[in-house]
Amino acid sequence: MTLELVLLVLLVVAAVWTVLARGLVGAAIGLAVTSVVLSVLLFQMHAPWAAVFELSVCAGLITVVFVSAVALTRAESPQELARATERRWRRYVALPILLVVVAVALAYLGVPEIPPSRPMGEPGVGETLWRLRPTDVLGQVLILFTGVLGVVVLFKERGNDAR
Amino acid sequence: MASLFVFVPLLALLLLHLPVARTFFRRISPYVVGLLLTLQAIVAIVPPGALEDPKAQPWFLPVDISYDGLTRVLLLTIGFVGLSALVVARSTLSAPKARLDFESLLLASLAAMNGVVLVQDLFSLWLFIEALGVGSFVLVASRKEPGGLEGAFKYLLLSAVASVLMLAGVALLLMAAGNTTFAAIRAAVEAGGMFPAGLATILFLAGLFVKGGVVPFHGWLPDAYTEAPPAVSVLLAGIVTKVGGLYTLIRLASECFRGVPGLDTLLLVLGTASIFTGALAALPQKDMKRMLAWSSVSQVGYIVVALGAATPLGLAGAVFHLFNHAIFKTQLFVNAAAVEAATGTRDMDRMGGLSHRMPWTSGTSVVALFSTAGIPPLAGFWSKLIILIALWQAGHEGWAAAAILGSLVTLAYFLSLQRRVFFGKLAENMESVREAGRGLVVPAVLLAAATICVGVFFFFILETFILPVQNILG
Repeated sequence: MTLELVLLVLLVVAAVWTVLARGLVGAAIGLAVTSVVLSVLLFQMHAPWAAVFELSVCAGLITVVFVSAVALTRAESPQELARATERRWRRYVALPILLVVVAVALAYLGVPEIPPSRPMGEPGVGETLWRLRPTDVLGQVLILFTGVLGVVVLFKERGNDAR
Repeated sequence: MASLFVFVPLLALLLLHLPVARTFFRRISPYVVGLLLTLQAIVAIVPPGALEDPKAQPWFLPVDISYDGLTRVLLLTIGFVGLSALVVARSTLSAPKARLDFESLLLASLAAMNGVVLVQDLFSLWLFIEALGVGSFVLVASRKEPGGLEGAFKYLLLSAVASVLMLAGVALLLMAAGNTTFAAIRAAVEAGGMFPAGLATILFLAGLFVKGGVVPFHGWLPDAYTEAPPAVSVLLAGIVTKVGGLYTLIRLASECFRGVPGLDTLLLVLGTASIFTGALAALPQKDMKRMLAWSSVSQVGYIVVALGAATPLGLAGAVFHLFNHAIFKTQLFVNAAAVEAATGTRDMDRMGGLSHRMPWTSGTSVVALFSTAGIPPLAGFWSKLIILIALWQAGHEGWAAAAILGSLVTLAYFLSLQRRVFFGKLAENMESVREAGRGLVVPAVLLAAATICVGVFFFFILETFILPVQNILG
């Protein structure tokens, strides 16, 4: 339970970092860290398949897509950077307010109890999932392939042009 | 065995990108893709029982898929349209790398589309729709020109909204049904009231309307269809939106969501809105492909209206029109690709009299647009007739009359297209225009022949392919 709480706090910190990051690469890495923490959490809660896909798709593939897209953009000039960062904190004024509203609402409604993590049954969860939902695994693999193919088709050549 | 429809294209895709024997695999790639598509069409034509006992244990992957009449029609259509797109790509893409990219993405889309039409589970369906979407965005943007990127961006944004809506729907239905198989969801929808089953249905349907380009969710469609490379327009307009949006709508509206109150009225209203919005927006267009794109919005409306009749005949009409529309819209986009390749423009005001220079393209175009407008005895006439009879029998006389009126507007804008592009005096600067290559003429001729044959042998097609579809109503 304590480990899960620590992970949950880490998750929120990483997510806030993603939103507040100054540069796009920072935000992309923040998102990847969020995904990694989430997948550790999923492992911890005995959902290895969800964890594996979270790790491979969100932390792996999507980060590659974001970073390759960012690599194609040009760096900001100091003036542009100054203009963009001048009032950046004002954008996040609503964030703590939202947090307070959600906290009050949750306190009022009663925080739902986190269900205790179930021990892994025999046969392993992975095997059960494969037996129950093999079609989904096929679909996931297809999405992964198509995504990688998309990055190659759209970015490979352009990356060379940009140099 | 049916799982091979998903597995084989996926395997082929992998093989083509192995880091060994690249030159060899690149050379055989179009033949591999063509062979797979042809085999798929042939297998779909063969009656299902002849190949495999449907009740036998699956010997390949133990995936939960079904193979029924509706699936057969869709697999056949995917084969036809995929082949046309492949041939068009060979003639319109000159760079070997661009061709290989297209063939790879076509394989990925093929696996995704086959998955969509075969699965029996809402979450798996969502996954394959997503896979299809990812392939489509890349295809639309693949020319890396500003127009195509804008089209892909709009498509991506609206599709992302659609995905979230559909996923929320799946989550709510999982809450209500405890499972995501079609059978479980049908039971939950029939038992449940407005929450969560009704709300979930509305969310999921809204997502499907975006994917299918139904008014008022059609914002992405004209740009994506118009700005995509020619072969991609053929694929997108011919089959991708049909499978991603309309097949799923047909399947779910008749198999899972029948118990939702007010669904029929919703379908009738949105379908009729699509018919008129699409037709009226097509009238003033100057860009040939954009006119065809708006025409797609309008024709999609007929399929949706037919489902709104909520009868077995309405279902048959919807499936038949989906098939016909896939065939003649594919052909019209092939014609548009030929005209663009020959003249270098899509602006219809700068064309005229091309029938003297491009007799094949002009002749086949007449067949397709008459079929779209519902002129007998072509294929489109019969499917529209079935839709009208279904609406009439269900007591929706007013909606039937509106559908007829929509057909008249269709005839008007297509006659305008034919007159501006092909008839009359040859436009200036068009003296040197020649018929585009065989790669653009042969598919158009074959597809026009299919439209004529389906019209002439209408009873046979109806009995063998279309009426068995009604079995999904159980």
